[in-house]
Amino acid sequence: MPLVLKESSSELLVPPNRHQMPPPAPFRWRSEKGALNVLGIAVFILALAVPFITASPYVISILTAGLIYVMLALGLNVVVGYAGLLDLGYVAFFAVGAYTSGILTTTFGFSMLEAVPVTILVCIVAGIIIGGPTLRLRSDYLAIVTLGFGEIIRLTARNLEITGGATGISGIPSWSFFGWDMADGLVIAGIEFNGKILLYYFVALVVGLVGVGGISRLSRGKMGRAWKAVRDDEDAAEAMGINTYFTKITAYIIGAVWAGLAGQLMGTYLSAISPTSFTFLYSALILMAVVLGGMGSTPGVIIGALFVSLAPEFLREFAEWRYVLFGVLLVVTMIFRPQGIWPANAVFPWSPALAARRARRAKATEAPEDSAAGRPA
Amino acid sequence: MSWLSVQNVDVFYGRVKALSGLSFDLEEGEIVALLGNNGAGKSTTLNLVSGIVRPTAGTATWNGVDLAKIRAHNLVAEGIVQVPEGRRIFSTMTVHENLQLGGYRVTSKAVIAERIEHAYTLMPRLAERRDQQGGTLSGGEQQMLAIGRALVSGPKLLLLDEPSMGLAPLMVNQVMELIKAVNDQGTSVLVVEQNAKAALRIAHRAYVLETGTISLSGTGAELAADPRVVEAYLGGQ
Repeated sequence: MPLVLKESSSELLVPPNRHQMPPPAPFRWRSEKGALNVLGIAVFILALAVPFITASPYVISILTAGLIYVMLALGLNVVVGYAGLLDLGYVAFFAVGAYTSGILTTTFGFSMLEAVPVTILVCIVAGIIIGGPTLRLRSDYLAIVTLGFGEIIRLTARNLEITGGATGISGIPSWSFFGWDMADGLVIAGIEFNGKILLYYFVALVVGLVGVGGISRLSRGKMGRAWKAVRDDEDAAEAMGINTYFTKITAYIIGAVWAGLAGQLMGTYLSAISPTSFTFLYSALILMAVVLGGMGSTPGVIIGALFVSLAPEFLREFAEWRYVLFGVLLVVTMIFRPQGIWPANAVFPWSPALAARRARRAKATEAPEDSAAGRPA
Repeated sequence: MSWLSVQNVDVFYGRVKALSGLSFDLEEGEIVALLGNNGAGKSTTLNLVSGIVRPTAGTATWNGVDLAKIRAHNLVAEGIVQVPEGRRIFSTMTVHENLQLGGYRVTSKAVIAERIEHAYTLMPRLAERRDQQGGTLSGGEQQMLAIGRALVSGPKLLLLDEPSMGLAPLMVNQVMELIKAVNDQGTSVLVVEQNAKAALRIAHRAYVLETGTISLSGTGAELAADPRVVEAYLGGQ
């Protein structure tokens, strides 16, 4: 149906006596949003229930790694998905976090918890150093500079003495809180939780509460709208009073800090880190998780990250060929579903019942246009 | 001194002189139209007022404040808002989000909500499409959204760059009516137009720009009747 506006200007400019008339109520997302929240909580509970279903060290281990990927993808989604800044060296901040906490805990005797503020601070500084000059540029320049920065960090780590050179850092401790060490395990109501399972829970809580809860909330607020505005049209955003440089660097630093914390968790998970853990391949994989899942879509990037981290486990027999499969898959996705598996503007992309309801409501919204003209003024 | 006063301004883009000794003014509550052909310096003039380009000579003052001393994004908080050429709405954001973004520099959420409601009553079409992505609107609706977005920021002076561009004649009239309604409610308007006929109908006063300087000025009615304007812009014989 063509969107033809009414000929009489009275339709457009409503006289003051109609001011109190309630605005027409088109369909709202509210109920679907509620359903999405329920789904999110259900997935979260399922994630917490996994160790009760199977406590196999292998399953717990790949799921912990998968959750760390989800964490990274959520962070990169702020940078790439919301603010539209193409960052090809995101793994650099992951490395900065992992090395900072690794050095502090192994060499300087910090506990993991004490290292957190330092990790955050170092990542903010790193974000300002790299983002400060480059965010004045438009995205393609940013992509090149971040690509270079990612390599600089890795090569620096490889060549410095304090980072352990090519062998890296080993013996990274687990988290301890007030004298209790996570590695010692915990017995609650007769059920024994070992250190690996506790780390899995710890990562799940950080990702679920701070990541999904915090970041997606942030993205829906004023800051998130400013990010999206800058992504859509930087000049128009400036014309609406947004300090675009400040907005971009905020997104960049939030992404940097979040990746740094993920790096710290990765250090604990692996207990040893080396420069080979932070090659360009990982930046590309995280970016793939975001693009494949759906840029700017929280459920999308979670699916994307789990796919990117878990698929290699199922494709073990393909060895290095699996990255070729990834490449093909990415090309196919871009052809048939360029907005990603779960696009940002869709709430339940695959539910036929909801789609039908949406279509009915859209129809219902279009119909009253004609009756509105005849409404007494 | 006038409310908005531009005095003998020169603007250069590199070595190209875009404005040369430009002077005009605008009093509070007026609709002033700037007419002219491509390359006459219309958009440069708007960008001068919205702080995007700086004069190399002359002064542009608003309420006695030198506009060159305020950064572009801070002008919005001061009350000068530009609706850029070609609408430039945020295409992946919903209509409602676009309007909310207009209130970026407004601190009170209640004020933002009230202004958005006001924009919806002024343009019921936008209310119907509040959850639709901006990019899916028609050209006329996008222009209205762009104006609505600017209104949410609570402008004292609204700058419009070619609001009629690319719109059907019927839609042009509606947009002009909207501008007039906005002005009736107390917002001063500086509108740049190639569509002289449409602009002169609503403008209190108008200036004709030619190669970076004012060649004619007068009330809307005077210019609409001026044989030189008729000849050059209104398709007269």
